[in-house]
Amino acid sequence: MTVGLFIPCYVNQFYPNAAKATLQLLQKLGVDVVYPAKQTCCGQPMANSGFEHLSQGCNDLFVENFAEFDYIVGPSASCVLHIKDHLHSDHAPEEAMIIREKVYELVEFLTDVLKVDKLDARFPHKVGMHQSCHGLRGLHLAKMSELVGPPFSKPEQLLNMVDGLELVTLDRRDDCCGFGGTFCVAEEAVSVKMGKDRVIDHTKNGAEYITSPDLSCLMHLEGILHRDQSKVKIIHIAEILNASL
Amino acid sequence: MSSREEILQAVLHNQPESTPLPDMGIFKVEFEDIVQKYMEIFKSIGGEVYAVHGLDEVKTMINKKFDNNKRVITTLPALNDIAELFSPDATPHSFDDVELAIIKAPLAVAENGAVWLTEEAMGQRIIPYICQHLAVLIDEDSIVASMHDAYARIGAADYGFGGFIGGPSKTADIEQALVLGAHGPLTMTVFIIK
Amino acid sequence: MRDTGTKKHAALAEEFIQDKEKADWHDGALWWIRQKRDMQANQTPQWEELREAASAIKMNVITNLHTYLLQFEANLKKNGVKVYWAANADEHNQIVYSILKEKNITEMVKSKSMLTEECNLNEYLEERGIGVINSDLGEYIQQIDNEPPSHIVLPCIHKRKEEIGALFHIHLGTEEGLSDPTALTRVARKHLRNVFLTRRAALTGANFAVAETGEYVVCTNEGNADMGAHLAEVQICSMGLEKIVPEKKHLAVFLRLLARSATGQPITIYSSHFKKPRPGQEMHLILVDAGRSRLLGREDFRNSLKCIKCGACMNTCPVYRKGSGLSYHNTITGPIGAILAPNLDMEKHADLPFASTLCGSCSNVCPVKINIHDQLYKWRQVIVKEGYVANSKALSMKAMAFTLSSPAAYQAAGKTGRWVLNYAPFAINNKFNPWYKQRDMPGGPKESFGEWYAKNQGKKED
Repeated sequence: MTVGLFIPCYVNQFYPNAAKATLQLLQKLGVDVVYPAKQTCCGQPMANSGFEHLSQGCNDLFVENFAEFDYIVGPSASCVLHIKDHLHSDHAPEEAMIIREKVYELVEFLTDVLKVDKLDARFPHKVGMHQSCHGLRGLHLAKMSELVGPPFSKPEQLLNMVDGLELVTLDRRDDCCGFGGTFCVAEEAVSVKMGKDRVIDHTKNGAEYITSPDLSCLMHLEGILHRDQSKVKIIHIAEILNASL
Repeated sequence: MSSREEILQAVLHNQPESTPLPDMGIFKVEFEDIVQKYMEIFKSIGGEVYAVHGLDEVKTMINKKFDNNKRVITTLPALNDIAELFSPDATPHSFDDVELAIIKAPLAVAENGAVWLTEEAMGQRIIPYICQHLAVLIDEDSIVASMHDAYARIGAADYGFGGFIGGPSKTADIEQALVLGAHGPLTMTVFIIK
Repeated sequence: MRDTGTKKHAALAEEFIQDKEKADWHDGALWWIRQKRDMQANQTPQWEELREAASAIKMNVITNLHTYLLQFEANLKKNGVKVYWAANADEHNQIVYSILKEKNITEMVKSKSMLTEECNLNEYLEERGIGVINSDLGEYIQQIDNEPPSHIVLPCIHKRKEEIGALFHIHLGTEEGLSDPTALTRVARKHLRNVFLTRRAALTGANFAVAETGEYVVCTNEGNADMGAHLAEVQICSMGLEKIVPEKKHLAVFLRLLARSATGQPITIYSSHFKKPRPGQEMHLILVDAGRSRLLGREDFRNSLKCIKCGACMNTCPVYRKGSGLSYHNTITGPIGAILAPNLDMEKHADLPFASTLCGSCSNVCPVKINIHDQLYKWRQVIVKEGYVANSKALSMKAMAFTLSSPAAYQAAGKTGRWVLNYAPFAINNKFNPWYKQRDMPGGPKESFGEWYAKNQGKKED
């Protein structure tokens, strides 16, 4: 099995450690991973702003870079969801549809494809789990609080395998953080208010770290935490799952 | 072309290909003790409910609970010793001073505590809404589990007006603070006759 | 009516958030209603099947609307109800006016009807000498404050009790400083009872209209629709075309879902089935199009005609909770308003589909399973294509698309200082960047993952 590693543009530029952790974690689990060097972006920034018609170049490039792999795995729920829901290509329409089926967010790849049941990881801290909306309601990584059904959470299933880690209970377990792509600047006041309220929920319940399968949410929360000179840090879930003893 | 024709034409032109109605038979609501469930739900929505053994018990309780110096009306001839029998010819406005109205409902729903009343049962449409307090009698075996059962029981019966009433009128428009007695009755009491 | 002018959602929401204590209260109050909704959903057997059935029934209505409208009309007539068709708001208002004028009626009481808000009926009638009083307590409060409702179920949820007390002091002569909700409600009850008793005409909306029987159902908790209708000699119902359900038995599905979704009650206190006028009374029903038949023709958006106006999407929406309903500058606010409004006036409401993070919670609570967040995304595409976004935004998007379409340009941009710095909204560290106003930017690492990989892992594989 060869996995194409999909590292979204902003992760590549700002959070290389999360990307490295993703790569190392997959390698530790015995997966053959290749990072196609010519990848750029999933096209979501344009599409969510209403410019989906401009993302054709991005789409074609994505197909070109990733069509050859058995699976495509990325440490960003939001970008993966965008590929799953919107990838299309006039040049290679079939390949694009196949990619939609074989692209996975890291957590779901670990739980659903690799069926990981134990991890060699230690992270002795109190951690608050931020459900990215695209991971939750788009990729169904956990049970959504609005729906009626049996509870489950793929990220928490993995975090529970980490030695020493304690998950904190939040008052609102899956409320949106307010990042929302260009929403974060177009609706600055609401975006920040939403982010601040999420941060308060985590901090008042004792989290030392806020983690998530989505760095875009975390980048926004980090911006708020840092401005408030909070001691609470953000960390991508791959970095926790890859944290060694 | 009239607006009617224009609208209908636009609708016909724009509506997509027909899709089927779902199977309504899949909805089954069952309670172990339907009367108990009804009572529990009705209390939770701000109503008072008593299981009684007959009209005498109802009369005693009503005399005890309500001010019978004020106007009490009923649609039930059997209660004319404690209440004035409503007049079908009176104007609806004339019921403005009714303190308590006592009526009988043919149907009640356990899942939400509501009773079903047609205008026949109400006497006049306005009565259960304009009175300060509402008392409704129901027979124990007229309680059904769900709204599906209720509509099955109502069936094709004709009426000019009918309504489900599920408790005293309420509002929470001011700061979400629950206030019983918005425009309709301040209280609603149900007597389940065994 | 006080107008929000040309201000857009972002600016209006920012104004609301300035009062932090009030904004927090608003958020908490709506979240509490969301929690009550969750409790009901979890206690109701087959909840998800109910939503599915409701959605399917409404889809059947959308796809057979022509037949159902004709059937409904025929049954209304059989029941002795006078039927009118209005293509738009103006025609609707004219019809109401002509009914009242015919009877020399100069005062009317109205229960909650979002449709008549949409049509600006009150203003229309007032200009012609007819007074209208909104009898739903929340709508009454909004009316005396000369402000539109901020929420379709909770019209004045954005007001604190002290503000309402101050309004009552001015308009109803209550003691200054009185703000107890029960005391204020009692004052309104007394005042409005006199209104009900003296109005010869009452107008209601309709929650559901049954094609099979010609009856329509009006749901209220306060009993105001019934107080108005059963005392008036002229009863008018204004309803949108989409309110139809095929058969009476289908009401079971909707009445089980509506109040549970809206306020977390097992049923609305009053679900009144109006079928025939009472002796001596006239009943009129106006079927209103006002953009609905056009929406029916928009494939990606026609689903929104399923809406039963429960308001659940507003209560759950974090953008709504933080920024309040009035920020949406539209009669129907919140997520559902943001997908209905562009169908009515795309230019005026071009900002609304962008007033969302696309978190998707709205679609999950929707009792008729409208794909609200998908439609928000799709409206964005339409609005951009129709040219309702700023040119500067279009240009920067084009430049961004160019860079991202070319690995060479992307990598070159990366090397010369990380391309993201040019395009990412959060990257420019200056006071003109909205990102930086209340947030810091991420620290820039020494090298990107791609650069690191090329140096380390990439070489191993070569």
